[in-house]
Amino acid sequence: MSLAERPDLMTTDPVTWDGGMGSVGDYIALLKPRVMSLVIFTAFVGMMLAPGSIHPVLAAVALLCIAIGAGASGALNMWYDADIDRVMSRTAKRPIPAGKITPSEALAFGMTLSVGSVVLLGLLVNWFAGAFLAFTIFFYAVVYTMWLKRSTPQNIVIGGAAGAFPPMIGWAAVTGGVSLESFILFLIIFMWTPPHFWALALFKSGDYRAAGIPMLPVVAGEDATRTQILLYSLVLVPIAVSPWFLGFAGVTYGIASAVLGAGFLGLALQVYRLRTGEAARKAAVRLFSYSILYLFLLFALLLGESLVTRMI
Amino acid sequence: MMTEDGIRLTGEQKRLRRARSIAIAVALAAMVGLIYWVTIVRLGANVLNRPL
Repeated sequence: MSLAERPDLMTTDPVTWDGGMGSVGDYIALLKPRVMSLVIFTAFVGMMLAPGSIHPVLAAVALLCIAIGAGASGALNMWYDADIDRVMSRTAKRPIPAGKITPSEALAFGMTLSVGSVVLLGLLVNWFAGAFLAFTIFFYAVVYTMWLKRSTPQNIVIGGAAGAFPPMIGWAAVTGGVSLESFILFLIIFMWTPPHFWALALFKSGDYRAAGIPMLPVVAGEDATRTQILLYSLVLVPIAVSPWFLGFAGVTYGIASAVLGAGFLGLALQVYRLRTGEAARKAAVRLFSYSILYLFLLFALLLGESLVTRMI
Repeated sequence: MMTEDGIRLTGEQKRLRRARSIAIAVALAAMVGLIYWVTIVRLGANVLNRPL
């Protein structure tokens, strides 16, 4: 149909528009600042542990690009998931369901920042890191958000890779490649993601059920989820200690990661044992909260040791 | 008398657009500064090394 045949587009009367209502703060909220801060932190640890050196200005540029790339994939996630975000209490106040930003504005914002962050990282730091960032954005926005999230209870297991790539990108920004050490950093976050999100899903399963997302407690039941949490925790803890026996972390990290891991296993065991009532809910909340602290402390310890080693 | 065609923004939409425009201008200026700075860092002392 040509424009001449569309009288609705030929109107000469002024019309109102429901877009353009987003403030600068709403656009910043689209970037998921809390997720961004974790990405910046883990990418920074990857950079600090990498052999060789990088000029501080280039390091800052790499971190900025990784952060913007992570934010852009968050915006694309919110664009695609606006329908289910509207249903869940945790996400109902996000800018699109709240009516502050239209889906097309979020898509344009996310795509612009995605392309910009990848091109800047490639041109200013190195193209391997740039390509890795592009792959991570694609993995989160397309593989996880558009494909896995609504189709399989393994969504956060495979999709968790997107959140685990940043330390590898940080490492790649310094070295131009990947290595066993950077892969271990990836593996720690990758194995941490399922118990972390399944603990959340245990006490928010009503939200996921209402939104029709096939999270493990919704599809396989809460008991199966508790078993999976325990199994993943049993694999996670030795991997988290492995930087010590692989020789790229010191004895302080080795001991501390083992103690922290014992705490993680203890809480996972509580989630496994306590299956009904308020005690079960509290156990899941405790594991969820502790898992955030656990990952932060592991990477903070790696960072602290690396800084001390560099100063000596 | 001529009337304005097309979309007419409300006062609130105009205010928010102005705030977004300022944020975009600041971001673009920061990016220009960043690229300039990285160019100097990458060239290092070679920035002065050119045949006369």
